[in-house]
Amino acid sequence: MNTLLSRANSLFAFSLSVMAAVTLGCFVTTAFKDRCVPVQLQVSRIMLKNVEDFTGPRQRSDLGFITFHITADLEKTFDWNVKQLFLYLSAEYSTKNNAVNQVVLWDKIVLRGDNPKLRVKDVKAKYFFFDDGNGLKGNRNVTLTLSWNVVPIAGILPLVTGSGHVSVPFPDAYEIMKSY
Amino acid sequence: MGRQAQGQVVRLHEGIQPRNRSGLDIFGDLRKMNKRQLYYQVLNFAMIVSSALMIWKGLIVLTGSESPIVVVLSGSMEPAFHRGDLLFLTNFREDPIRAGEIVVFKVEGRDIPIVHRVIKVHEKDNGDIKFLTKGDNNEVDDRGLYKEGQNWLEKKDVVGRARGFLPYVGMVTIIMNDYPKFKVGICVSVFVRVLSVGAFPGGAAELQSSSSVLPLVLLQSLCSEPKISVST
Repeated sequence: MNTLLSRANSLFAFSLSVMAAVTLGCFVTTAFKDRCVPVQLQVSRIMLKNVEDFTGPRQRSDLGFITFHITADLEKTFDWNVKQLFLYLSAEYSTKNNAVNQVVLWDKIVLRGDNPKLRVKDVKAKYFFFDDGNGLKGNRNVTLTLSWNVVPIAGILPLVTGSGHVSVPFPDAYEIMKSY
Repeated sequence: MGRQAQGQVVRLHEGIQPRNRSGLDIFGDLRKMNKRQLYYQVLNFAMIVSSALMIWKGLIVLTGSESPIVVVLSGSMEPAFHRGDLLFLTNFREDPIRAGEIVVFKVEGRDIPIVHRVIKVHEKDNGDIKFLTKGDNNEVDDRGLYKEGQNWLEKKDVVGRARGFLPYVGMVTIIMNDYPKFKVGICVSVFVRVLSVGAFPGGAAELQSSSSVLPLVLLQSLCSEPKISVST
């Protein structure tokens, strides 16, 4: 250890090892934590139309419109290893054509340091709720759930679903006149 | 007395080698080593190379994905993933694709895979799945990125699902890709150090640090093949 280069080399190797150890510690201490919190969801308004799917496949598909409220306290989910939470509200339902359908209607990014108490009222869906076909008409059971993807500073990327969902039936007839 | 001192000085002068050697001295060192030491060094190097390869192939088998570690190249998933972050992928067939998952997929005609989030899933009774993706930082979904006329992705397009994340580490791969001379320079310099230091006792510590750098450099080289980086 008598030249600048070998000293710099040792310092560099040591700092890399220390950083690796701290990262591993961050990962191990938070890997098995339960990140589920209760969520309150309400749906205030639903409308159903049948139009040509302009977002992709050009076929006449069911287009749903939903207005909802979400309340959740995400404080328990954050810890020293969480960089952000990617929240998404997804609608899950089953149709004649497809056994499982999942459509993300709304999403939000909650960064570390942001207000963890989520409270949104009278929010319309951010993304078009097109079905693959005409399966929303008269669908008795469309379930809305709020889930979040925990993005850590280093470690696992789990998908957690909040406890609390709301199931709504869709109307039997298409709305032709009114717009949403 | 003077002659003794002279003899001692001569002996000392022959025995000491300067610590800082340039690369050209390596041939002098090689000649000084006997054949056995040379074979040992070559075997040492070969073992390091094959360990790196075994680790990589083992990961491919363990995760079921053809490229279990990828580097994020673009900012379309910010603020979650930035350029230079490392992602660990798995691709188990039993896991169904569900909305909200981060998938790495390949589009026909593009050789660099893309990492985005699934926003729509339609699965039939027999297990056929079609899904749509969108980057968190993009305004619109990925239909503009798919092949002409393609509206959905299928399971066969998936390279893997992102399960783990490590920040900044992938920057080395990006640098080595953008400046290939850097990668060659590192490999050559580590190779030279392994050979030159290993020939002399007392260089054990430096040999250890060099031989731990080399498998990492090799792993990075394997990671930086074009089909393994991830973009958009």
